[in-house]
Parts: sequence; C-alpha cells; structure tokens
Amino acid sequence: MKFLTNTDFDFIGRRKTAFLISIGLIIIGLVSLAVHKGPNFSIDFVGGILLELHFELAVPTEEIRAALREVKLGDRVVDLSRSEIQEFGSANDILIRVERMSTEVAVADVIKERLKSAFPNRIPKDERQWLRRQESVGPKIGGELKQSAIYAILVALLGMLIYIGWRFKFRFAVAAIVALFHDVLITLGVLSLLNQEISLAVVAALLTIVGYSLNDTIVVFDRIRENLRALRKERNYGVIVNRSINDSLSRTVITSLTSFIVVLVLFLRGGEVIHGFALTLMIGVLVGTYSSIFVASPVLVEWQKRAEAKRLARGRRI
Amino acid sequence: MRGIRWRTVIILFFLALAGWYIYPTIKLFSLSTQERRAMDPAKLAELESRSLRLGLDLMGGMHLVLEVDKSKLTPEEAKDAVDRALEIIRNRVDQFGVAEPVIQKQGRSRIIVQLPGLQDPERAKALIGRTAQLEFKLVKEGEEVDALLNEIDVALARRMPRAKEQAPEDLDWLFAGVPPLFQHRPFTSLLRIYEDPRTGKLVSIRVAEENRPKVDRVLSDPEIRALIPPDAEFLWASETEVYQGKRYYSLYLVRKTPELTGAHIADARPEIGSGYDPEIANKPIVAFTTTDEGARIFSLVTGANIGRRLAIVLDNKVCSAPVIRTKLSKNSIITGNFTMEEARDLAIVLRAGALPAPIKIVEERTVGPSLGRDSIEKGKVAAVIGFIAVVVFMAVYYRFSGLIADLALVLNLVFLVAALAGFGATLTLPGLAGIVLIVGLAVDANVLIFERIREELRTGKTVRLAIDNGYSRAFRTILDANLTTLITALVLYKFGTGPIKGFAVTLSIGILASMFTAIVMTKAIFDFVITRWRVTRLSI
Repeated sequence: MKFLTNTDFDFIGRRKTAFLISIGLIIIGLVSLAVHKGPNFSIDFVGGILLELHFELAVPTEEIRAALREVKLGDRVVDLSRSEIQEFGSANDILIRVERMSTEVAVADVIKERLKSAFPNRIPKDERQWLRRQESVGPKIGGELKQSAIYAILVALLGMLIYIGWRFKFRFAVAAIVALFHDVLITLGVLSLLNQEISLAVVAALLTIVGYSLNDTIVVFDRIRENLRALRKERNYGVIVNRSINDSLSRTVITSLTSFIVVLVLFLRGGEVIHGFALTLMIGVLVGTYSSIFVASPVLVEWQKRAEAKRLARGRRI
Repeated sequence: MRGIRWRTVIILFFLALAGWYIYPTIKLFSLSTQERRAMDPAKLAELESRSLRLGLDLMGGMHLVLEVDKSKLTPEEAKDAVDRALEIIRNRVDQFGVAEPVIQKQGRSRIIVQLPGLQDPERAKALIGRTAQLEFKLVKEGEEVDALLNEIDVALARRMPRAKEQAPEDLDWLFAGVPPLFQHRPFTSLLRIYEDPRTGKLVSIRVAEENRPKVDRVLSDPEIRALIPPDAEFLWASETEVYQGKRYYSLYLVRKTPELTGAHIADARPEIGSGYDPEIANKPIVAFTTTDEGARIFSLVTGANIGRRLAIVLDNKVCSAPVIRTKLSKNSIITGNFTMEEARDLAIVLRAGALPAPIKIVEERTVGPSLGRDSIEKGKVAAVIGFIAVVVFMAVYYRFSGLIADLALVLNLVFLVAALAGFGATLTLPGLAGIVLIVGLAVDANVLIFERIREELRTGKTVRLAIDNGYSRAFRTILDANLTTLITALVLYKFGTGPIKGFAVTLSIGILASMFTAIVMTKAIFDFVITRWRVTRLSI
C-alpha cells in the first residue's frame, strides 16, 4: 500500500493562505485568553486545594455546596460553597477545588471532616476508597513552580535554537523557532478555548510538543538541505523547498498519523487524571505537523526571497 | 562478514541483558496477592528492589514538602536545624512502618517526605508535623494568681468607657454585653474560678468555650502582657472538659522555665492504665522513663513540691496537670484523653525527639490506592490499544518490512522496561503515558528508513543497495530529529517534579532504545533475510 508518493502539491505557492490561517488561529487563541483573563492555571501554579472523592452513593453537587456553606477553619467560619465543585468522570466522583486561603489550618482535612459528618452513609465502607486524591499547594510553592515552568520553556527553546543553528544554517534556526512559537501559541489558545486547566502535566506536554514539532521540522529541513545540493541547477528556491516537502510528505503524514493514534487512545481511554496531558499532546501533534509544512518552510522561502532582493538591489547600485 | 558477526554478538548481548533485568519485574507482577503474602519477606523485598518501581501516583501514597520555620532560631541553631529535623522525621517515619519512605532535604529549609502505599495520610501528617516539644512546668496557685488576676482587672477597668463618653474601640468587644455588676472586674467575669474549700486558695481556672477568644485577646494585649511576671506564663489545656453540659478549657498560670523537658526522656510506651484512679484506669496512657540526669532532676523537683501541680505541656498546650503526691524519679505516666492510637503516636514522637523548630506543610499530594489502581488499569489498556493499532498499521502499510518494524517495536518496549527496572527508576502516570507515546515515536525511525528504501527501489537500485542506502541516508536525519526530543526530555528532567521526571526518564530511554532497535536490529534482520534467502524483490 502506498499513498502520497510522487505528489506535487504547491505548498509554497499557498503560503499566503496558510499564513492567514495561522494568524487567524493565533488571534482566536489570544482573544480567548483575554476573555478568560489568562490561562486557566491549576492549583500547581496558583496554590489551593484539590480534593477528589468517590462516594458510594452519588451526592449531587448542590448538596455538597450546601454542606460547605459554613466551614470552621480554626477560629473563623468561612463559606466555601462557591468553590469549584463538579462531577469528575462519573456521578459518584466529585472534584472540589478551593482557592488558596491565608490560613495555617489544613483546609482539605477540614473539608473532608465536614463532608464525612454531612453524608456519613454515602461514604464507602472502606474509607480508603473514599479519598481518591488530595493536593494542597501553598502559595509560595505555586509561584516557584510557575517560575520553573517558564524557565523550562525558555531553556528548551534556547536549546533548540542553538542545536539547529549548529546543525543547519542560521536561517533554518530562525524558521524553526518561528514555527515553535507558532505551535505553542496556538496550542495555548486552543487549550484556553476549551477552558482546559493548565497543570504541571500540561506544561510537560507543551514541552514535549516543542521537541516533537522540531523533530518534524528537522526531517523536512534535512530533505531541503539534501535537495539544495542535489538540485543545484534549480534557481528557484521555492521550487526546491516545495519538492522537499513533497518528497518527505508520506513520512510526515504517516508519523503524524501513528503519533496521533496513540495520543488519541490516551485521550479517550487514559482516564481523567492525564486527560489534560493527552489533549495537549493531541493538539500539539496536529499543529506541529502543520507548522513544519506551512510555517517553517515558507519562512525559509521568504527569507531567501528577501536576501536575494537585497543582493539584487546592492548589485544594481554598483 | 566479521562486522556482521560482531553486530550479532552485541545484539544478543543486549537482549540477554534486557532479559536479565526485566525478569524480576515480570516475576513480581505475575504474583497473585496470596503468593505475595506467602513469600518470605526478605526475598520479597529483594525482588521488589530489582523490579520496576511504581510512583506514588500509581501506587497510592503521600508526597509532602515541609518547610522548617527558622524565624525563631538563633543563627547557630538555624544552621543545622533542617538536618536535625530531617533526622527526627526519619526516626518518626521509621517507627510508623512504611516500606521504602523517601526523606530528603531540598534547598536550604525544605524537606521532602514520600510515603508510598500509605494507608492513613491523616495520621502520618499529624505524626510528622508535630513539634512535640514536651515540657514539665510547675503550676502557680493561690495568692500569686489571685493578685495577678486582680491587677489585670484593674488595668482593664481603667480603660473602660464611662457611660457618657465614646467607647474606646479597642475594648468594645470586651465590654459589650457585660452586666454593670461585673464591669469593674472585666477579666475575671469571663472566668470560673475554683477554690479549695478548705483553704480558700485559688486552685484552678476554667473558661467557657465561647469566652475563650475574648480571654485570648485580653492576654495578648500589650499592657496586660506587661503585667504578667517575667517568670510566668498562661497556658491553655489541650482539650475541653464538659461540666454541666457546657464545654470548658482550663487555664493555667505556670512557671515559664520548664523543670524537665523531652530531652530528659529516655523511652516512652503506650499502655492501658491500671489502678483505681478514674483518670487513669483502663484508659490509654503513655508511660515514660527518664534518663539518669532526668531522674535526678525529677526527684528533686517532685520532692520539693509535694501538693503542687505539675503541668505536662506538649507543644505549649497542657495535656494534664496532676498533683504531685509523692517523690517521683525514673518512671511516670502522661495522661490525657488519648485514644490508643494517639497514645501510640505520642510515644513514637517522644521517643524520636522534639523538632528543633516548627515545620509547615507547604505542599501535599496524596493519591488514594483506588485511584492508583485505576490509573494503572487505564494506562495498560491505552498502551495495549495503541500498540495494536500501530502494529497493524505498519504490517498493512509496509507488509513484511512492517512486521520487522513491529518486532523492533516489541523489543524496544522490552528494552525500555528492562532499563527502567535496571536503573531502579520509578514509573509514574506520565511515564506510562510516555511509554504509549514511544510506541508512536519509535516507528518514526523505521518509517523514515522504509520511505527511503522505497525511493531507492523506485530509482531501480538492487534490493541490497536500496536497503543499505536507505539506512545510511536516513540515519543522520533520525539522529538529528531524536536529539531534539532528547534535549526536551533533559529540560523536563531538570525542571520537573516527580511525575514529570518519570516522564522525562521514560521518554529518553525509550528514544535511545528505539534508535538501537529501529536501526541496528532491523538492519541485522534485513541483512540476514537478504543473504539467507537471496531475495530479489522486497516486500515493503
């Protein structure tokens, strides 16, 4: 079985359209981010408490809200009923997320006590089955994790830039970095549109996408480099790049397909905990492939056109 | 030919190595629960140490980040406070009985504690977080206390608003709702004072639960604090008592300097009290033994203060304040309203020692065992489905060559798990996702190679030449591409936390293994097939 061999699509010729699509997607993403007032950070980054509880008999979220209306924290009584409370996976599993409070008291433990006394006969007999997951992140740690994440992304991008600059010419590095920024922006935008919570795992997935997208881009660049040497007679840079993309098209599509299949399976069957992780990877695989063909390569062509125009202008002046 | 023989040797060597490292894991995971319980614990521990380790998010357990509060320590003390705290926590955790706990220092004032397979997170947190400072302080009674209470009353009454003038805001809460009769005794009106009926001396002070915040505020007022003599302090009881249907806290005026501290305790045991005293009999108590020095001090103090009360203070709250009836020396007991578990935990904490400074839990992540099991199940299913999908696709699209690539994929995963087990690495949930991802990425190398081979065949080259060319031309591309993913994995490892680190490790090893299996091994198979069976047309 073969497909996509001996294709001759004019990717470079359609680059203006691709450019518009990319800009459009980025703008939609930025608008969504603005509307949502920034990314939807999980407690990993803003601090707070997360509780995932499994009830033997489902408790409607409204009742839980009511039970949390008056919670005694130390010597204060607070109203936690407006926290994020939702079903998580099934009606019996409840996820509660509380913003961080400036108190020494272990809020999560207090909430558990409160719910235990409010719904004593809806808790599994073996209490260990009740608590699925509990996370408390203090404000300082949240801030530190945020910083770590930002550093990580910057270091990764820098590492990539250096690596490509070393293996290929400088313009390739620039084209690749543009594609990477494009990928990260669009992925963040789509995540924001879907109101996906940005947790540590999601950031890890973002970094993985950076690596993956570059992986893809390099395969195309490698081909371009090879064809530049082989098709020396061809004066039109764009034609060489086009040929290169077409040559590597079947590999690009197949690899993206296999990667997408596995990530799709993770997304559908992997469970709630890595849901965000899998979603981010899915978006990233699609966008990463798109950017290798429709962003990185056109940038190269544009660069070349500008360089040639400059050379021509300089030539004429003499 | 010689080159090929070397290659075969190396491949077989790695296969044998992988088999050696993966065997314990396979054995461990194929044990049923009964077999596990029947096994000799030492052997089981050894098997577990050589197998793949599961992270907290797959096994269930608790991850804590503690911060040592050095604010009240001298610079001298602060220097090794964290190390001392670490030792003490390790001691406590050891006695708690968790298999393979991880207790490490992080940065300058943080400690990481990981307790895999923990069943009772609340108890563990309480055990770890307690400062556990034990002190024995003499309780002041009688006239001294009376006089102080009087002084406080007078000082407050002076600040009381006169009926016609504006009430000073700072004492509004105190005087609001106080009947005029008590307005010249604003403080003592909040207390219930008990006197010894025979001597008329003040014996104890109790405060109703609802008045406690007010009393606290009075006692923390700077003017009032100045009235308390420098050698004394007020301490609350740790629990309420019920009298006539209402809850009360006892309040004690004690001598600030402790007579005896936790450092003087050599051993502590939880026990059930015996004898006739209703506070002790048949109730859980903690029996302790002092050191020799402690015994000397203890007998001196108790000998000189018979009839007075000695407050047993734990973390600045009074556990109990029994009356000293006889001279005590080496052995004594601590009573309080303990459950057996509380007595056990208190004994652990006394044995391990008090923390040099209070610690705060700044991050906690607990995964219950049910979620851990669920995650493993889901991960396994995803891995299997993904694997089958890719295997089928490769076989269909590249036919026989696709099957070779599939074999490489299987070996890739074997190498990956063997390496993880061999390095003692931990498999986390993102790590499991990483394995699934590797399934998709590993075939990429083969896709690159096969596409090249197809191209070469199209230009009319012989099978052997096409294969050789395909491999050599694709190799550089594969190297470049995989290197970038490795750089990302490195960054993730350096900046990531536990589960993310697990992902980075899995990704790195997976990619390295994939390069070996996809390139070296498949080439070996191709070469073998071509030479043995003189193939002229390649099924690709």
